[in-house]
Amino acid sequence: MSDTARENIMRKLAAAVADRPAQIPETGALPIPALCQAEKIEQLKHFMQSVRGEVHVVKAKDWVSRLQDLLRPRALKTLLYGPATPHGKILAAGWPPEDPGLPRLVPYAGPVEDFKSELFQLDAGITGTLGAIAENGALILWPTPEEPRLISLVPPIHIALVDAGNIYCNFSDALTAGSWKAGMPTNALLISGPSKTADIELTLAFGVHGPREVLVLVLEA
Amino acid sequence: MAETTGFDFAKNIRHALGDQQLRKNFKFAMGSMIQKRRLIFADEAEFEQLRAIGSAIRTRALAKLPELLARLEARCTQNGIQVHWAETTAEANATVLEIMQRHGATRMVKGKSMVSEEMHLNHFLETRGIEVTETDLGEFIIQLAGETPSHIIVPAIHKNKAQIARLFQEKIPDTPYTEKVEELNAIARRTLRRKFFDGQVGLSGVNMAVAETGTLCLVENEGNGRMCTTVPPVHIAVMGLEKVVEKLSDVPPLLRLLTGSATGQLISTYFNMITSPRRPGEKDGPREVHLVILDNGRSRILTDPQFRQTLQCIRCGTCLNHCPVYTRIGGHAFGHVYPGPIGEILTPQMVGLREAGVLATASSLCCACEAVCPVKIPIPGLIRELRNASYTATPTGRVPGEGFKRNLPETLAWKAWEKVNRTPALNAVVTRLAGLMGDKAPRLGPLKLWSRYRTPPQVARRSLHAMTRAQGVDDE
Amino acid sequence: MRIYPPKPETVYFFGTCLVDMVYPDAGMAAIRLLQREGLRVVYPQAQSCCGQPAFNSGFPDEARAVARKQLHLFPKDYPIVVPSGSCAGMMHRHYPALFAGDPDLALAEEFAGRVFELTEFLVHVLKIRLEDRGAPVTVTWHSSCHALREMGVIQDSKSLIRQLRNVTLLELENEHECCGFGGTFAVKQPEISAAMVADKAADIRNTGAGTVLGGDCGCLMNISGALQHQQVPITGQHIAQFIWERTNG
Repeated sequence: MSDTARENIMRKLAAAVADRPAQIPETGALPIPALCQAEKIEQLKHFMQSVRGEVHVVKAKDWVSRLQDLLRPRALKTLLYGPATPHGKILAAGWPPEDPGLPRLVPYAGPVEDFKSELFQLDAGITGTLGAIAENGALILWPTPEEPRLISLVPPIHIALVDAGNIYCNFSDALTAGSWKAGMPTNALLISGPSKTADIELTLAFGVHGPREVLVLVLEA
Repeated sequence: MAETTGFDFAKNIRHALGDQQLRKNFKFAMGSMIQKRRLIFADEAEFEQLRAIGSAIRTRALAKLPELLARLEARCTQNGIQVHWAETTAEANATVLEIMQRHGATRMVKGKSMVSEEMHLNHFLETRGIEVTETDLGEFIIQLAGETPSHIIVPAIHKNKAQIARLFQEKIPDTPYTEKVEELNAIARRTLRRKFFDGQVGLSGVNMAVAETGTLCLVENEGNGRMCTTVPPVHIAVMGLEKVVEKLSDVPPLLRLLTGSATGQLISTYFNMITSPRRPGEKDGPREVHLVILDNGRSRILTDPQFRQTLQCIRCGTCLNHCPVYTRIGGHAFGHVYPGPIGEILTPQMVGLREAGVLATASSLCCACEAVCPVKIPIPGLIRELRNASYTATPTGRVPGEGFKRNLPETLAWKAWEKVNRTPALNAVVTRLAGLMGDKAPRLGPLKLWSRYRTPPQVARRSLHAMTRAQGVDDE
Repeated sequence: MRIYPPKPETVYFFGTCLVDMVYPDAGMAAIRLLQREGLRVVYPQAQSCCGQPAFNSGFPDEARAVARKQLHLFPKDYPIVVPSGSCAGMMHRHYPALFAGDPDLALAEEFAGRVFELTEFLVHVLKIRLEDRGAPVTVTWHSSCHALREMGVIQDSKSLIRQLRNVTLLELENEHECCGFGGTFAVKQPEISAAMVADKAADIRNTGAGTVLGGDCGCLMNISGALQHQQVPITGQHIAQFIWERTNG
């Protein structure tokens, strides 16, 4: 059925565009503004905060302890992470084994099929990022075998680590600089803040199906 | 509203105009969306530049459509996405069902998809024993109400808080009555979280499909789209064949235009780019990803160089928001999947003029839609073309049902109008006669309809022709 | 941005069918304004209608036949001034497409290039200065859709009103929303049209102004008709007539 449909559709489409003009409009490119790192950090903060993202700029060597300071008041029980990632290893190394004031680290170690019930009960998840986009306040995530997709979706709090040197001016900048077209991952994501909806009388409400809190640590050298 | 003959536009309009609550809801909502869009595109020159780019991207994609679809299919297949083709919605439904049955699946969770509305997918699956749960909050609301979407982007916009509160209380077990948006939200979250967990198949639409990399792109704010496309072991994406774009570099401008125009946002909460099912070593994501490419009349629309522009649409919904007609009658009155200005040009082309040509009368050609369309579709011009097609004596096969409105009274009326206006002496006589009648012309036909709501125009005793002659204004 | 010619000695005046039949005083006022600026105004007596009613209603052949008649009545290279954004839009924006593939295409394009809406001509070509001799008054302004979106002349129209120092211009809350006339739309979809004009009338009433000004007689006929039907004592007036009366003393 699909093959016949394909044949018929393609035939109709080919006939339809046979009158194609010789000159197909080329598109101009969106200009990429020239911003320095400090400006990019400021823009990222501004836009994320305007949609209830929480952004902290910290020294890279201090991020684990700063994270602990931020988590204590939240009294979380569990924190999901990818143990084989570089930041996962640093996190685990710097985490006190039995501190009642801090969440227990939960490694995402096997396939989701073995883990689903527990996953849906966890309090928070932490991921790295490929970078971020200053122009609209978006994090860039390319989930990997070491850091699966659902970490940044299922737990109600998403903690994200951004290297200050990986903030791009805009999306075009990120695509070009990162040569995305050379090979796309299974899933690439832009995340600009906590989940939200305005479907009821256009009244904005946060925390729908994705995380209700996004906590970003921008790591400066 | 079922998409069958028996579509009574006039009745729908009367009903909608008489529904004060509906009009109030829409007036508030559309006004709000207009404001938000204006803020996000405050720099008009920048917007014009951006939408010139958007228009070029979409025009280029349509000009190369078969080539790009072939490339999309090749890349997707290479990446492990299974591509299916469907000429009709029946074929598309059968394809979805077949995938579900192959997996013994009876529980589907759905992200918002207008193409799935074209397919009447929910009804099709439900009558075959499959539980379909809409997970976008607006779609969830109307599913509970047993209604269809009234807007492309905010499907439940015709309902206010009280109506939704009552609906939740009545239809969701153990739910108290509350009008607090945060609480209504929490109820939906709780209910749907269970559905995501248990879902066997997730279905989504596609906002853009990138041929260069075989990537399906999805725009959303709630996270339900990511849930549907990541948690269940099978993901089915349904797409109109016009939604393909050529390159990755086409994405950023279109995304900016889409989120700005649809919801007045710089960017949505999530932009989800899917290129393959779960790869070896990965721990989550669907094991199977399917793409169903649907024609349903689009290939015929592509044939006509003018009407082809209809297919540039990126489904932002902003034409609806700016339309003074849509604001007053809402989406259901249109009786078909796509309402508003885009619906007025798309629907007659998809289902024929006989069934839906009347939609093209629901426009004063004010051009508010055209001024804001992010891909510069000349909607008023295409409405005019559909009117021409409705009356034409020489059908050319551009749109099904051409000439359906031809009738002797109108043909004669316009022929008479033409004769009078081409013949100065005749024009002078008619003008003089009308002037003698003043506002006392018999209230027949158009004048009768006019006079229901307005005093009839007072035709002047002396026309401008007569005055200029009397005042000695030069004739040449 | 349109490029405007220098001030000419002579202009054509295309009155429009609605001005001819329903608002001839407005047409005469516009002619007087142009004459007062030192122009010779030519009003070809054989003119009738720009063709828009048929053009918008699905009868392009009939529209073209009437348009063709107009094309040949304005042969000299004078600007063609039109007291209507809607009719000016029809001729300036749509005539070239209407005559695509037609032997009169070159003529239509040349003609279209010479068409100016009245207020844009007064502002950009004549650079008119207005001296207000009238008593203080409050007015409001309705932007006709085609003046706004096809001809882009609204700022020009309003700038003329603002030159009149005894005139207070109060703006409508939804100035840019269509009044619901739309030519045959008013009779093809009478209830929707009525709902739109009712809202426009309410918006006008809410300003407290005594007069609503416009640059398009279709809109004025629609709005005034609705206001009168509701027995609301607000008058609608064409901007040309308003300006002429206030500056003529």
